[in-house]
Amino acid sequence: MDITVNILLTIATAATPLLIAAIGELVVERSGVLNLGVEGMMIMGAVGGFGAGYLTGSPWIGLLAAIALGAVFSLLFAVMTLSLATNQVATGLSLTLLGLGLSGMMGTSFVGQPGARLPNLDIPGLTAIPVIGRLLFGQDPIFYISIALTAAVMWFLFKTRTGLTLRSIGDSHTSAHALGIQVIRYRYLAVIFGGACAGLAGGHLSLVYTPQWVENMTAGRGWIALALVVFASWRPWRVLAGAYIFGAVWIGQLHAQAFGIPVPSQLLSSLPYLATIVVLVLISRNKRLTMMNTPASLGQPFVPDR
Amino acid sequence: MSANQDDANLLEVRGLTKTFGTLTACDHIDLNVAKGEIHALLGENGAGKSTLVKMLFGTLEPNSGEIFWNDQAVTITNPGFAKKLGIGMVFQHFSLFEALTAAENIALSLDDGSPISTIAAKARALSYSYGLPLDPQSLVGDLSVGERQRIEIIRCLLQTPQLIILDEPTSVLTPQEADKLFETLERLRSEGKSILYISHRLEEVKRICDRATVLRHGKVVGHCNPRKETAASLARMMVGNDVQAVVRAPVQGIETAQPLLEIRALSRRPATPFSIPLRNINLTVRAGEVIGIAGVAGNGQGEFFESVSGEVPQQDAASVRIRGKDAGGLSITGRRLMGAAFVPEERLGHGAAPRMKLSENLLLSRHATDGKVFVGAGGMVKSDAIYAAAQRIIKAMDVRKSALDPEAAALSGGNLQKFIVGRELDRRPSVMVVNQPTWGVDAGAAAHIRQTLIELARSGSAVLVISQDLDELFEISDAIAVMHNGELSKPLPIAEATFEKIGLLMGGAEPGHAEHALETS
Repeated sequence: MDITVNILLTIATAATPLLIAAIGELVVERSGVLNLGVEGMMIMGAVGGFGAGYLTGSPWIGLLAAIALGAVFSLLFAVMTLSLATNQVATGLSLTLLGLGLSGMMGTSFVGQPGARLPNLDIPGLTAIPVIGRLLFGQDPIFYISIALTAAVMWFLFKTRTGLTLRSIGDSHTSAHALGIQVIRYRYLAVIFGGACAGLAGGHLSLVYTPQWVENMTAGRGWIALALVVFASWRPWRVLAGAYIFGAVWIGQLHAQAFGIPVPSQLLSSLPYLATIVVLVLISRNKRLTMMNTPASLGQPFVPDR
Repeated sequence: MSANQDDANLLEVRGLTKTFGTLTACDHIDLNVAKGEIHALLGENGAGKSTLVKMLFGTLEPNSGEIFWNDQAVTITNPGFAKKLGIGMVFQHFSLFEALTAAENIALSLDDGSPISTIAAKARALSYSYGLPLDPQSLVGDLSVGERQRIEIIRCLLQTPQLIILDEPTSVLTPQEADKLFETLERLRSEGKSILYISHRLEEVKRICDRATVLRHGKVVGHCNPRKETAASLARMMVGNDVQAVVRAPVQGIETAQPLLEIRALSRRPATPFSIPLRNINLTVRAGEVIGIAGVAGNGQGEFFESVSGEVPQQDAASVRIRGKDAGGLSITGRRLMGAAFVPEERLGHGAAPRMKLSENLLLSRHATDGKVFVGAGGMVKSDAIYAAAQRIIKAMDVRKSALDPEAAALSGGNLQKFIVGRELDRRPSVMVVNQPTWGVDAGAAAHIRQTLIELARSGSAVLVISQDLDELFEISDAIAVMHNGELSKPLPIAEATFEKIGLLMGGAEPGHAEHALETS
């Protein structure tokens, strides 16, 4: 029983950073902006979170630093693509390259240092309940934030007027502009929100997952988050499902490798990617629904004529 | 001048000017709109009408000039401010969101923050009271163009504006839908609202407008009472000189002429959830005739053109036959080699590569058919021959341009269209298929293009013209078929065709669509 609980806990830990980064990017893409810099913003969050936690000794300050660094880094992208109308794909890619390089440079003195770890939740009486106690009341704080964030984004996008406005901008920025909606302002806020989420996801890696700094420690998770958004056809609950499927198969194949199953390890390592894509493609069979949820102006620069 | 100076002006514009680079789109425009009148803004494409109303609605900023609203000077900086003043706008290119419902679309332009369900109920009630029934829960992507315009109008009316600006509202409607719109406008006028009505259709301006302001090349060239003018005199004010009438000699014995383009049981599944399937289309175009295809935009004309031109080849090779041979499986180049020529709707990015020179664009569409002339040994391009051919076309079609061999994007819409049509005509094709031949083209150039299409047919080719402009189809066609919801009606010989009959077909009055026809008529 304990083993099962432990496995479930590790799955949640593996899925959480993917979920947070993907939910942030989902909001960005719903506004019609494609930010391929998730990996770069995430690694900046990871190095910032670790550094602040290490220097102050407080993982909570580290967490705030991770969010702030991700947001500031995304602001760079916003100024380039929204105010200067640069190509979003090229700018996003360079943001990732810049983030990877910059974080390596900033983190040279952190390599091999012991970091501060965010403590798991511990509620007397509740956490001690067998099986469900640790699952429901004994995880790291960012896990709870990720679930609350998904619910909040879902509510925001589909139940509030501001969320409707954001979706309308993603559908057609020219129509939105003609109605007098402040397209650029909404997109700035969306991009910064996405950056803060990516930073938080990076902070999870260096403050919870493996509380240390290793160069390039995001290891492609930003790209997986990006793919999740597309394969989940821009719907929050599907992003959650995708992140957890990925996490589950990831942990599963690690255990399978440890057991020494006679399957090439490369094949096992590719399983999480395959499984996630297959499942998400299957649940997005409805072409019409996918079409309705795809932001039609995604990736197009918006330049109002003046 | 028959302006009622006694009536209070709701809107007064003085010396409004807007320049884009070296182009002066609006040059010291003066305009008065009185309370409770329908005021026409007349002008050709590119005369500055849309630029002017964008400044009135706050989406463009004027370089100079003043706007007075109820005798108060105002600076309209954004559409939100225009709405607060009481200016509502129905756009020519709708500003709707396809992936959202009608109610959500309406909610987005209201700032009162009431829940969607309340807005939906209000919109439904208002739409029925004006006789423009609307289902607030329907998805805009599923609606016809006429229904989309209803959303725009209802959205505008819900803001209780004093002035409603309509930009070319009837260009996408059937004649019957247009009648319905005019009733609505007259009712609004009787309620004391003012309407600024932008159009280049003279008959409807004569019918419903009290006063007109005429623009040409960005300047006001006259004010008049359209009811006292004739269509010809209004056209002269708009264009600046008389427009040559298109001459179409009747054809004899067309039934026995050779069929050059045959479409047999052409069907196509929708490519995207919002596009139209083609359902069992049959049509024959014979040597010597011009067949017109009418229809409200978005009823499958685009899909039909793609299938006939070979941009999307068919499974069934016999569904498109050119000069008696199966062509359904061939690409656009294969069909060109059989003697067909095609002019798509979009000029820039489809009919021509915007950033390439005219001579290069000529080579792009004719490298296969004129390979011997344009391409030499070892695949080397013969620039001189291409340049000479381009100049020949430019001369034949009277293309006005600023350089010897300019980029396609540097030409005005009308001149580029003349070049694209000329490029195809220059091959003397035996089958010519044109989608929207004169969309956005000025009257003089449009008359020229129409005349050349008729002459091509009379010289023994088959010409198929898809157009939303009914006047144009009546001018050039020997028979008119109507496309509705992916189905094509039987061609009606021009002698039997009337606006009313074609209009009913455009609304869907064919067996199987009878209920819908009753609704709209």
